[in-house]
Amino acid sequence: MDRVIELDLTRLTVRELNHYLHHELPLVGQASSLSAPQRQAGSLPHVQILNPNGMHNLAVGLDAPADIDILGHAGYFIAGMNKRANVTVHGNVGWSVAENIMSGTVRVKGCASECAGASAHGGLLVIEEDASSRCGISLKGCDIVVGGSVGHMSAFMAQAGTLVVCGDAGSSLGDSLYEATIYVGGKIHSLGADAQEEPMTAADVARVSDLLTKSGIARDPKSFKRVASKRSLYHWHSDAGQEY
Amino acid sequence: MSDQIHREESFTFDRHVLDYIQQAAEHGLYDIRGLGAKRKLPTFDDLVFLTASASRYPLEGYREKCVSKTVLGTRFAKKPIELETPVTIAGMSFGSLSASVKEALGRAATEVGTSTTTGDGGMTPEERQSSKTLVYQCLPSRYGFNPDDLRKANAIELVIGQGAKPGGGGMLLGQKVSERVAGMRTLPAGIDQRSACRHPDWTGPDDLTIKINELREITDWQVPIYVKMGATRVREDVKLAVKAGADVVVIDGMQGGTAATQQCFIEHAGIPTLAALPLAVQALEEMDVFGTVQLIISGGIRSGADVAKALALGADAVAIGQAVLMALGCNSSTYSHDGQRIDATDDYAKLNTAPGYCHHCHTGRCPVGITTQAPELETRMTPEWGAKRLKNYLQVLTMELTTLARACGKSNVHHLEREDLVALTIEAAAMAKVPLAGTNWIPGQ
Repeated sequence: MDRVIELDLTRLTVRELNHYLHHELPLVGQASSLSAPQRQAGSLPHVQILNPNGMHNLAVGLDAPADIDILGHAGYFIAGMNKRANVTVHGNVGWSVAENIMSGTVRVKGCASECAGASAHGGLLVIEEDASSRCGISLKGCDIVVGGSVGHMSAFMAQAGTLVVCGDAGSSLGDSLYEATIYVGGKIHSLGADAQEEPMTAADVARVSDLLTKSGIARDPKSFKRVASKRSLYHWHSDAGQEY
Repeated sequence: MSDQIHREESFTFDRHVLDYIQQAAEHGLYDIRGLGAKRKLPTFDDLVFLTASASRYPLEGYREKCVSKTVLGTRFAKKPIELETPVTIAGMSFGSLSASVKEALGRAATEVGTSTTTGDGGMTPEERQSSKTLVYQCLPSRYGFNPDDLRKANAIELVIGQGAKPGGGGMLLGQKVSERVAGMRTLPAGIDQRSACRHPDWTGPDDLTIKINELREITDWQVPIYVKMGATRVREDVKLAVKAGADVVVIDGMQGGTAATQQCFIEHAGIPTLAALPLAVQALEEMDVFGTVQLIISGGIRSGADVAKALALGADAVAIGQAVLMALGCNSSTYSHDGQRIDATDDYAKLNTAPGYCHHCHTGRCPVGITTQAPELETRMTPEWGAKRLKNYLQVLTMELTTLARACGKSNVHHLEREDLVALTIEAAAMAKVPLAGTNWIPGQ
């Protein structure tokens, strides 16, 4: 049976929590605290963070394989700059969840506030319900799947990676988009500068299908629309007008 | 009737203005250029020291020690930065500068015991290896920003703005976006790369507090966190940065440089460094953190005298950028190759400029191989040659600084004080808040 390490934020400070996750938890995976069958099965250390109560900066800067469950609502920058760990928030989160993550998986069982996955370089971010504005802003390679809708200016200046929105997208979707790709299952309120809707190819359907499967979200991948960059702002020119 | 041609030039629409209007009409594009404000502004040259005489006694210039050691980040960081000189190297990106230049900066800084700063586009291995004390910038673009490099940094500088373009983003034109630069920034090579003017994951000062704490948590509260801002509403901005938890505040005056920014921004936004510095000091004093939160000033610092005056007005250190490039040969008529000086004036002419006037960093065609990614130009400035030049220059700045400090009777450069200065102009007196020379008058007080 999985041994769960419980860390209670009514007893620990955020600093103590992160210090443990940075310096002691990586040793757990190597040490004898995991049973031989667990190690053979590739089990990861499993941490439950109790009583998050909307606190900020929980589980930031992780750099080791581990399963982290945050049991409740959490604040800003949850799992920021994550590498390799799998972090699940059993509640809602504030701004900038999984900002700048490099790898691993961050899952929000509820809703996310603004700037979810900002500047994220890799890994997977799943928001099972809605995400507010600027979801996937400045995205640099991470895949984001939102089970519900996203707010305005989502994927603003997104450079690489994928944003899958199962619900609706707010205004100015994909403004100043670079090479990231957006897929929307519902309505698009409006597209931003230099973003355009394009035909879904078989490769797009396969990509959406794969991400939905990884996210555990059941939707028909063929029902999505593809949005990508027109690339008309890639070079500075007078006709760009207000776009620069 | 006289056949004499009358030439009465308009003050409002002089030939420069006419040229600007006609160029705008011709191309439909605004001017972008490098370096900083070129207009005449009140500067540290408008202040002079009241060195020692009968009422103060000096230290012997060549025998008595004058300490220049500088410690930054003492407020919250477990490992504050300790430097041998208060002259630091400002953030300049790999992308705007070649990798060789970044390496030269690191080598020179390490030799004289000061720090370098990364810039937009991330940290290069050459820079980390060559620079003993490296400040890692967290900029709005987050190009190349990652937690591994964050943990390798000796300090983190969260950049809200810079003096050349406070409130504006940046642009690296496509000709400088090489395969390597593009790879570090996760962008296609050769496209014009825009840098956002706001951070992607936080907006206001309350968010900034949480962001700073995030960076501290990721780095286990080890390294100092600087907050850098362009000089506009300095008093208010410094207070917000302090409240947000900055260890060090960096204020960049309007003479601060850039690799590429709109001309209208460079010349028409922000306030001069001379005016910004006393406002920042005032803010720290009003919050009772003067000396606890360190202050770095930048924007047009050129000489040891400038450094001394900045310290006397209350800065803990200065950061220099454009002057570093000039030490490496920016705007020189020649470059070095195999020990020979090679004339570069033809290459300046190809940019429609000449040595002494060039601000074409944005083109990537730097005639002396500094602000370029072109392999054939980059070889014009080798790390060894550049490091030697910059080391010399940094040494001169520190020697001039200690010379003036000793003459004011100070055994430590950080003991220089406002009382050591007077102003030569009414404007400088008002901005620096020191008396007009020969009077007790500080305008506005």
